[in-house]
Amino acid sequence: MSVKDKIWLWFHRMASPAYFYKLAGQVLPWTIVATTILMLIGLVGGLVFAPADYQQGDGFRIIYVHVPSAWMSMFVYMVMAVNSAIFLIWHIKLSDIVARSSAVIGASFTFLALVTGSIWGKPMWGTWWVWDARLTSELLLLFLYLGYIGLRSAIDDRRVAGKAGSILALVGAINIPIIHYSVVWWNTLHQSASVSKFDNPSIELNMLIPLLCMAIAFKLFYLCILLINSRSELLEQEKRSQWVKELVTSS
Amino acid sequence: MTPKQKQRFILVSLLVVGLSAGIGLVLMALNENINLFFTPSQVVAGEVPPNQRFRIGGMVTLDSVEKLDGELTVLFKLNDSVKEVQLKYAGILPDLFREGQGIVAEGKLNEEGVFVADQVLAKHDENYMPPEVELALKQSGGDYYNNEATE
Repeated sequence: MSVKDKIWLWFHRMASPAYFYKLAGQVLPWTIVATTILMLIGLVGGLVFAPADYQQGDGFRIIYVHVPSAWMSMFVYMVMAVNSAIFLIWHIKLSDIVARSSAVIGASFTFLALVTGSIWGKPMWGTWWVWDARLTSELLLLFLYLGYIGLRSAIDDRRVAGKAGSILALVGAINIPIIHYSVVWWNTLHQSASVSKFDNPSIELNMLIPLLCMAIAFKLFYLCILLINSRSELLEQEKRSQWVKELVTSS
Repeated sequence: MTPKQKQRFILVSLLVVGLSAGIGLVLMALNENINLFFTPSQVVAGEVPPNQRFRIGGMVTLDSVEKLDGELTVLFKLNDSVKEVQLKYAGILPDLFREGQGIVAEGKLNEEGVFVADQVLAKHDENYMPPEVELALKQSGGDYYNNEATE
């Protein structure tokens, strides 16, 4: 069997609900452990060991929640959009479930990014809120998430809800590059990127490492919630299928 | 891919490409309105409509901050390393306000060409470092991150 065939086989197995359900159950405990460890390292490193900033003093430490949340708000949306495209083209039910289970998590991360940003903005900038391109596009992202959740729950038929939601998710995906480049394309109050300049990040290494720990911990946290959510969504959606019956009778 | 899947793939691609192009054109058309502030050069060049409230953003010029006695009023200049505008503000400045720091002020130009601000916001940069590092950088006289003063 060639490598290509193996990869295809893996995709097909992942798309099988019974297989995914089982695999997700096995992976979940490890993900929870890894999340907890990394988040502890990141928090202690960021709040205790990282030095205070030359301008913002200890106030800058909110970065360890704000920046990972903001990254996640965009990352989760991209996961949603990609899965929506897969669902629209190949009609893979699991993709729809992943997209649906991601929406609430993504909305929470967006909300967290906006709130922590606001709390950070008041002492540093002197205002809770300003209608600059970065803040406005991030607020739009929150509305996109809420709209997606609302649209899906307004339609009773699962297939129709999936299609309508997927189209909305794809349309909204255009906002993601706008959020990312807003600080480059227009002048804003929000500062430009510090970390994504990989050749020369504008943040000291001992401040950067806890931040990266937190970023990975947030990603793993998302994975935990995604696995839990999609497992229960799968059970509900597949409640009439043979493998769920077997699962229920065997336990 | 089956022909049906191929067709849906093309449809989805067209949706994304078409919308991106559309939104891109709208954003280009609205470019001026999306910018949060005008630069001192734009203000000096008279690009700002007269008698209108607007925001100005730039660096506080070194040695330009002047506090009026017994009042909260502060006078200072903003520059974008090309042009300079005189500002006047009565109120409490944000903690990060200092000379050489980027700020954004909202207000109006008066007859003498002085910008009377009623709100001053500090725009902090994207550099994060401990104070010792900053001190060392200052002593060595080098600009570690070699930032330009403004865009």
